[in-house]
Amino acid sequence: MKFYRSHILIGIDDASLAAGVKEIEAILRSELQKNNLSEEINILETGTLGLFGTGVSLMVYPEQTAYVNLQKSDIAEIVEEHFLKGRPVHRLILDNTLVRKYDFNYKRRIVLNNSGVIDPENIDEYLGTGGYEAWEKALTSMQPEAVLQEVKASGLRGRGGAGFPAGLKWSFTAPIKAEQKYVVVNADEGEPGTFKDRLIMEGDPHKLLEGVMLCAYAIGASEGYIYIRGEYKLCISRLEKAIEQARDYGILGKNIFGSGFDLDIFIKIGAGAYVCGEETALIESMEGNRGTPRSKPPFPGVAGAWQMPTVVNNVETLANVPAIITNGAAWFAEHGVEGCTGTKVYTIMGDVRLPGLCEVDMGTTLRTIIQQYAGGMKEGKAFKAALVGGAAGVFLNDQRLDVKMDYNSLKEYAAVLGSGAILVMSHSADMVDMLWSVLRFFRHESCGKCIPCAKGTQLLYKLIDGIRKGKGKESDLDEMIRISNGMLKSSFCALGQSPCMPINSAITNFREDFLARIK
Amino acid sequence: MYKQIFGKYTPKKENLIYILHEIQDQHPEHYISAEAIKIVAEYLSISESHIQGVLTFYTMFSTKPRGRNIIRLCESPPCFLKGSEDILRQLRQLLEVKIGETTADGIFTLELCACLGVCGNAPVMMINEDVYGDLTEAKVESIIASYRGGK
Ligand SMILES: Cc1cc2nc3c(=O)[nH]c(=O)nc-3n(C[C@H](O)[C@H](O)[C@H](O)COP(=O)(O)O)c2cc1C
Ligand code: FES
Repeated sequence: MKFYRSHILIGIDDASLAAGVKEIEAILRSELQKNNLSEEINILETGTLGLFGTGVSLMVYPEQTAYVNLQKSDIAEIVEEHFLKGRPVHRLILDNTLVRKYDFNYKRRIVLNNSGVIDPENIDEYLGTGGYEAWEKALTSMQPEAVLQEVKASGLRGRGGAGFPAGLKWSFTAPIKAEQKYVVVNADEGEPGTFKDRLIMEGDPHKLLEGVMLCAYAIGASEGYIYIRGEYKLCISRLEKAIEQARDYGILGKNIFGSGFDLDIFIKIGAGAYVCGEETALIESMEGNRGTPRSKPPFPGVAGAWQMPTVVNNVETLANVPAIITNGAAWFAEHGVEGCTGTKVYTIMGDVRLPGLCEVDMGTTLRTIIQQYAGGMKEGKAFKAALVGGAAGVFLNDQRLDVKMDYNSLKEYAAVLGSGAILVMSHSADMVDMLWSVLRFFRHESCGKCIPCAKGTQLLYKLIDGIRKGKGKESDLDEMIRISNGMLKSSFCALGQSPCMPINSAITNFREDFLARIK
Repeated sequence: MYKQIFGKYTPKKENLIYILHEIQDQHPEHYISAEAIKIVAEYLSISESHIQGVLTFYTMFSTKPRGRNIIRLCESPPCFLKGSEDILRQLRQLLEVKIGETTADGIFTLELCACLGVCGNAPVMMINEDVYGDLTEAKVESIIASYRGGK
């Protein structure tokens, strides 16, 4: 391997592409060449660096200097000053106090440990970090049952919503005899405020593939499908490349590593419908139908894609599996809290200084996440509320800042943790407006299959719209709670069961905002 | 056009959504015509009403002609918090259209959409395949001008 004096990491993701990263990268390369530095300084394209709202940014190692908001005209100066003369350009560096405050938490990361570090388009770099060791270990020295038991023992729970134990889910499908079984990855990621799965796929696509492989082996499936939303172009192209590379290396295909086990993985692309993230709707969509949910039972584990036994798991869930097989269940369970092991990836946005992502142990408090991993509140803004879990989430007030973020501590709000979205609001945000925006979302996304959800989402929007326009009554608040609780009991799928969470929490925790609009 | 697209996909129903995506992308007016529905139904041996059902279900498809460039502004809560309503007002003024309409010169269609998964850079819009984030009034103005000028 060649030795470089410094490495410049360039985060290539949807956000930086939008900010013109490619042009800046080209200028950087030519400037390095001009100064005869190409042999000393390495440029590495990687996944997200974890900084958002900072335009084009670069990270320089080993110094760990983060340059942000770069313009084309800045590059020559950086090359000359920093790389030629060894003097970092302070005016372009991420505010030093922020850097100290900002904690990437790489030491504890499991799913994003490579993201922002390796080139996601090069399988050799993944292999260089110990990638596909778990896959080789499983195929050459473990029975499928042993893989399943390890995942079960780790306590890994689903990261897509409900937090169902992954090993238990697999154990329903594994013993079924069928001519075909499938692993389906849920990469539809439609929950507003959620983009953790995009970052995992963009930053380390091979890790997801390895997770799919291990799951397929454990349950005896010979095909895997990744159902991904159509807007995620970069994820799609990186996954396609990764699959190609894995096939070329014989990591996918027939008789892998001489084990007699066959597996291939395919990509399926969605067309924009939130409800398609529901696992049975997703399967309908994969088959080329309208994406409306099926009735359960039978569960997909028994009769899923093309009526064959199918395990559906979220991207983040599967991306945890390679580390579990490599390092063992006990190692995994050292992360997180009892009953809720491992780490969780969050996306934090809104009125914080450094919107972005973090991966931290389960059970970390909301306060720590905001203070330590998002740089705290924006200058001059005080915390008022956080919408945790996306539209199907809950509005928490400052009384809840010290609540531990794990499935058990948030049990009363069972489903909210999955998506990992944290939208932080300061006192300039009004909860009537925010709830209005949430209910407008549900009105639009209800698939219309069942009456309680189709009608209920319309009614709820009408009520909140009335309140927002100053035409509401105090009794409307009770009416909204009544309707959404009714939907919880009678809706066909979890979409219709969701609005009650934001509604109840907003009205209970921020009643004064609502009363202020009601005369 | 159909021949070339069908060449890539076996006549299985599960390929319907891909075929529709490609037809729509290649049509200068970005929509699926009645003629297209008929041809695809024949190729896949499925009913036209099945295709109709699928088209109306997914927001990315249109059965009406649209402009050369499709603007999709995100209206989900994180973008809303960051001022997507102001951006919408500005776009409507700049383009002189309502939501869902196409400009008189046929250059733009204005649509709203749900979260695009780029919320760290809210407010966000997509024009065709390209994402534009951290929108401000000045930024929107120059983006629109660049499409009017060149593309
Ligand atoms: C309306 C609706 C939308 C959903 N969207 C997603 C999604 O985008 N991604 C996801 O992984 N799960 C989503 N789910 C949850 C899935 O139905 C399913 O529980 C999950 O994919 C299981 O994977 P896990 O056990 O690994 O979490 C959604 C559920 C509902 C009801
Ligand atoms: S909320 Fe607008 S991109 Fe996510």
